[in-house]
Order: sequence, then structure tokens, then C-alpha cells
Amino acid sequence: MSSLLWEEVPISWFLLLSAALFSLGVLGFLIKRNLITVFMSIELMLNGVNLSFVTFAHQWHTVKGQIFVFFVMVVAAAEAAVGLAIIIAVFRARATLAVDRIDLMKL
Amino acid sequence: MHLILFIVFAGFCLAGAVNLLLQTHPINSALSLIVVMTSLAVLYLLLGAEFLAAAQVIVYAGAIMVLFTFVVMLLNAGREERTRGSRAARAVGFPAVVVILAVMATVILYAQGLGVSSVRDGITSTEELSAVLFTRLLLPFEVTSVLILIAILGAVSLARPGNGEPQGGADLQSGADPEGSVERTGGK
Repeated sequence: MSSLLWEEVPISWFLLLSAALFSLGVLGFLIKRNLITVFMSIELMLNGVNLSFVTFAHQWHTVKGQIFVFFVMVVAAAEAAVGLAIIIAVFRARATLAVDRIDLMKL
Repeated sequence: MHLILFIVFAGFCLAGAVNLLLQTHPINSALSLIVVMTSLAVLYLLLGAEFLAAAQVIVYAGAIMVLFTFVVMLLNAGREERTRGSRAARAVGFPAVVVILAVMATVILYAQGLGVSSVRDGITSTEELSAVLFTRLLLPFEVTSVLILIAILGAVSLARPGNGEPQGGADLQSGADPEGSVERTGGK
């Protein structure tokens, strides 16, 4: 029985970890003041969501969740490429990465 | 063994995520994010997703993070200054984070019949995954290739020199040096 105990992980623990990663991503999005780090926090949120997709795919013995994660990865790669290009363009125009100084559209 | 691996790598994951928030230098945050993504690959293996574990390491920890570190080095991103942030973030953002986490944790903890992840559960082979991906989902798969192509074109056209400042750049950014942008626009 004790050996069986070590071989099993409750599904809810994976989901809790996923929720914690997502919340840390949101928190990073709010408190970080560097454009690149804010972007990294978005990647952290995407990873948290991916973990719950894989967990539910495991729970219901289906591959659909994993395929969804595959597409999320593709979109994340495209998003990273375009987003970092935008960051380079912003840096070239404003010569700063601090989000407080990029306030042209602020009311 | 399963449980030990989960605890160790979930710990790495959370430590990396917290470290990402605490570090002030972007390159340290990027390295913490690599730790998070590599630990997540191990967790995917525990859940039987072998293809995604490999893709996580190659695409996320490899390609995307190389792009991030490249941009951090290209722009010579220094230590970020800590400011107080916006009022909206303090008034709405932080309570919202707490509420989101609390609601999700409550739902997960009270959910019935979630079961366990066990070593005896088989792993989803790449063969099963690709059988669905290349038959039923062939059209979405091909559409993603178009998406990647458009992303490449967009990234190239955005990052090209002389695209950062618009034509009337000097009067839009009154404070930033007008000579420099005029000179760069002229050099194009």
C-alpha cells in the first residue's frame, strides 16, 4: 500500500500548480516594470494554462487536450516573434524599456 | 517515485516563477522562466504526454527563450527601476489575482472524481497524437503554417530599421530627441 501511495499523484495537485502559475503570471504582469519581463509573465500564464490542458487530457484519456496544447505552443511561438519585434520597434522609437515611460496613449 | 518527481519539479516550477517576479534584471528573469518551462516538461511526462514534453523543451525552453535572451542582450536591457505602478493595478489587479486564485483553488479542491495520475496509466504516444493531427485536424494544422509565415513576415517588417518611428515621429514624441530620429529617417 505504501508503495502504491508513492506511485500516485492526485490530479488536483497538478491543477493547483497550474492555477498558481497562472496567478503568478498575472501578478508579474502587474508588478513588473520592464517590457520584456511583462512579456515573459504572459508566457508564464500560457504555460500555466497548458499544464491544465495536459492534466485534463490525462484525466479523460483523450488526445484532444494535448492537441490544443500543441496549437497553443504554435501560437505562442508566433506571438513571441511578433511581440519581440514590436518591443525592438518601441525601443528604437522611445529608447527605453520601462513601461512607465511608454505612456503616449495614457489619458 | 511519481510523487517525489512531482513534488521536486513542482517546487522548481513555483520557485522559478517566484524568482521571475523577484529578480530585477531581465536576463535573470529569463533564466528563471527556462527553469519553469523545463520543469513543466517533466510534469508533462508524468502526465503521459511524451510529445509535448519534447516540444516544451525544444519550442519553449529552446526557441522562444533564445529569442527572449537575444532581445535582452540586443537591447542591452538593464536593471528595471521599481515604481509604484498604476492605480488601476493596485485597486483592481491585486484583488483580482487573489480572487482568481481563491476561486480556482476552491473549485479544484471541491471537485469530485478528479482521480489520480498513476504510473500504471499509459503514456500517449506520438503516434496516437499524430494520427488525429494529420487526419481529422489536418486543415487547422496547415492553417498554423500560414500563421507562422505571417508572423515571420510581421516580425521582419516590424523590426526593420526605420520602422520604429512614424513619419511624423518628431512631433509625436516631443520630448525625445528630434535630431536623432530625423537623422535616422533621412539615412533610410
